Amino acid sequence: MAATGEMTAQARRAVAPAISAAPITARHVLLVRVSVALMVLAVWEGLSRSGLFYGEVIPSLTRIATSLGKLLVDPVFFKNLQVTALETFTSLAIGGVLGVLTGIVLGANRFLMRAFEPYVYYLSPTPRIILFPVMIMWFGVGPASKVALGALSAYFAIALSTAAGMRQIDAVLIRVGRSFRATTWQMATKIYLPAMRVPILNGIRLGMGTAIITVLLAETKLSNQGLGYMIMQVYTRFDMPGLYALLIVVFAMAGACNALIGKLAREQV
Amino acid sequence: MAETLAKKSGPRSLFFRYGPEIAGLASLVVAALVFELLVRIGVINRFVIPPPSDVIMAFERVVVEEDILGRTGATVFEMIVAALAAVLVGVPIGAALHHSPLWRRALEDWVGAMAAAPIVLAFPLFLVLFGRSPKTIIVMAFFHGLAPIILKTIEGLSGTRKVLINVGRSLNMTSSQLFWKILFPSALPVIFTGIRLSWTFVLITVVGVEYLINLGGLGQLINELAERYDLPGTYAVIFFVILVSVFFFVLLERVELWLRPAR
Repeated sequence: MAATGEMTAQARRAVAPAISAAPITARHVLLVRVSVALMVLAVWEGLSRSGLFYGEVIPSLTRIATSLGKLLVDPVFFKNLQVTALETFTSLAIGGVLGVLTGIVLGANRFLMRAFEPYVYYLSPTPRIILFPVMIMWFGVGPASKVALGALSAYFAIALSTAAGMRQIDAVLIRVGRSFRATTWQMATKIYLPAMRVPILNGIRLGMGTAIITVLLAETKLSNQGLGYMIMQVYTRFDMPGLYALLIVVFAMAGACNALIGKLAREQV
Repeated sequence: MAETLAKKSGPRSLFFRYGPEIAGLASLVVAALVFELLVRIGVINRFVIPPPSDVIMAFERVVVEEDILGRTGATVFEMIVAALAAVLVGVPIGAALHHSPLWRRALEDWVGAMAAAPIVLAFPLFLVLFGRSPKTIIVMAFFHGLAPIILKTIEGLSGTRKVLINVGRSLNMTSSQLFWKILFPSALPVIFTGIRLSWTFVLITVVGVEYLINLGGLGQLINELAERYDLPGTYAVIFFVILVSVFFFVLLERVELWLRPAR
């Protein structure tokens, strides 16, 4: 019985993460993060200088930093960024409006939910970029085809999230609204939309992520402007420091947009 | 009694039970018929949207002439290699991070950021690093599929009920025994959720990169048919890829449900 009651040192170590842990301060966490980052940078620089890789495949950190600096003051970059941003936000606006409307309809009506939501649900994770040839045929080779593909990508995430949000609205809130004889407009603006704020913003966050990726991929495939086009240009020139710099900027911007909308979604009403 | 049962299981009862699903399917059929009619009377240009009947007929052609089954095999092979590699690497990393709370707190956010990062955009970089070969597609899909498995492994292991750990502790289990007999089996359903997400990413990346770099299986086939302006063939293969994707997701969901403990 003593064996079952007492915890051996061995078992204590084994379950340490699950039971208790030594106090971890923010300083410890920062230290590990800085160490890992420095290690990665050191390995990178080491590989760059080792001569193991052909030519510029792994450029030195200083060359990447120089390219990054040049990129951030290059007017061509901002012109292309403007094109991509415009395409992405237009696609998000179109996909968002259609997605929210679809979500409200599917969330409010059980019959329509059972009839159509499985299609939206199962189509949502399919690879959207394969629809690009169709979009080119429908909307041409210009920005419209990228916007259409981006809108389609954003649509599914937003529609599903809104439908789920609609179904999760507390019935008490709806009854309170009705007991105050709220009009349809008041019900929509004072009850439904505030209650669905978080799921809609989460849907927009997911939708924006997929819209950014899809628009950029479409630009890499067929375009003469935008950041995706710029990525293919530096790739064609074999400007590897430029390619790394561009990818760093694109990844950082995608992450920042994601974090911003995530923060908005987490904020209390 | 038998009559009542027969009545209940008749077509009328079937409609009441599956009415919405039947209505959903019927509306798709009606939409296809409307498109067929609009294309045939010239309202919609058949060089933009081919008649659905031509798309259906094109299936036979893409199977016989374009070797769609062989192409599916190539895509599935790339998917399997990347997906298994993601599991074999992701689960141990997740377990290691779970084991060390400090490293977990320091790196979990970074793994989360990796899950949301548009890795597929870096395909020109991977082309330079690995050449224009299936290796590029596999490596990219692997990286894209890695983060969900790591995150869900951590979540699953952390969610192990204390009572189970106490049972293991009371039996004086070693660290390894505790992991393999208690923590891992308990975390398996959540880990599988990570595997489902990961393999979905893998599928999207494999087909997407095949299309973008014009190499490999189904993605390349779509690109080739589109470049030949074979519209019915392009639509047929796109529908085929969507069907394969849906089948794949349904299968993964079923396995996930099967693994989920009864409540």
